[in-house]
Amino acid sequence: MNDIELDLVDGWVERELAEEFPELSLVHARLDVRPKRSPRAVKQRLRMLADRYTGSKVVHMRQDPVPWAYRVFSRQVGIDPDHDRTPVEAVALRRLKLGGLHSENIVDDALTIAIAETGVPLMALDAERCGDPLGLRLARDGETLAGARPLSARQLVVANDERPVALVLGAVGEDAGVTPDTERMVLCALGVKGVPRIALEEALWSAAETLYTDASA
Amino acid sequence: MADGDRLQSVPEPLVVDERAARRTLLDQIARLEGELAQVFCATWPRKDVPRPLVRGRGGGARILSFAELEELRDDLATRIADARRVLSDRTWVEDQNRRLIEEMLLEPERHKWRRVSAEDIGERGCKHWHVRPRWSFIGMLMGWWQVVISSGCPLAT
Repeated sequence: MNDIELDLVDGWVERELAEEFPELSLVHARLDVRPKRSPRAVKQRLRMLADRYTGSKVVHMRQDPVPWAYRVFSRQVGIDPDHDRTPVEAVALRRLKLGGLHSENIVDDALTIAIAETGVPLMALDAERCGDPLGLRLARDGETLAGARPLSARQLVVANDERPVALVLGAVGEDAGVTPDTERMVLCALGVKGVPRIALEEALWSAAETLYTDASA
Repeated sequence: MADGDRLQSVPEPLVVDERAARRTLLDQIARLEGELAQVFCATWPRKDVPRPLVRGRGGGARILSFAELEELRDDLATRIADARRVLSDRTWVEDQNRRLIEEMLLEPERHKWRRVSAEDIGERGCKHWHVRPRWSFIGMLMGWWQVVISSGCPLAT
């Protein structure tokens, strides 16, 4: 597990978006890993992680620097973070509602663990389908996500050089998401003002480490 | 006066740097979001205090127009002020209840059968302070009153 090598790439950011949010960034890395069931070690890690949450901690999470930074960004882009939760708060609420963090598959579990530990929103894309190079831009008139979901004017999207592949702080397009047939993935971390670059790197490393967990572990 | 002189007296059109204005608005929204989080956390664990919620603008994550940013900033400021006022009223009542508990402990006979719960003083749990007669009817007849402090929530059924 110690010999993982991640080639971290800084995605491009469209000029207008960069002027509005100068510290907005998208760091991503490609991984040669396929989706599978979570090994026992990962399930155990999820259980241990769930034990760390208490009601008081979840309520006060919004004052911690990294979750707060994403709340601020959500607010600034027109999202009510008390309705459409930031990923780290969504994980915490899921833990409170379900009484634990239940394992789904290695990809979702890896994202959950990394998000809960670092507070940084992550997404996983199918490397073959999501295209290249990835970056952040505003949606253009008439654009859709995966050819089906119409996008708002000036909506923030993760895109390749041709089309949007995911929404910022939102869903991943069906034509770019990870499926059981995926052979290579791209992990993306969104950076905003107030979140140090090292937190993004830590989130990506954490997710990668989980994804590479030996199936026999 | 020549036409040229008249034109020179017209002031230069005001050029507004919208980027700087937007930056200021975004900073204000960030500061207000911090205050909103503080107020929200200060209301916990009270259940009957309305949460200071500010609805989203709709349409997912997008760059808001200048008017939308202003509206959002004003909305946040209003909700925070409302929430602070409600919280202030609530904490004033809680202070009164704390004082009442002290008086009940000092002179229980003046507060017969009075009951104050942990929730009344803004604390968690099912604890309550209850002024009751010592030894039931004997205490009632003799005027022997005491504060009974119960603790622990009833077991879930």
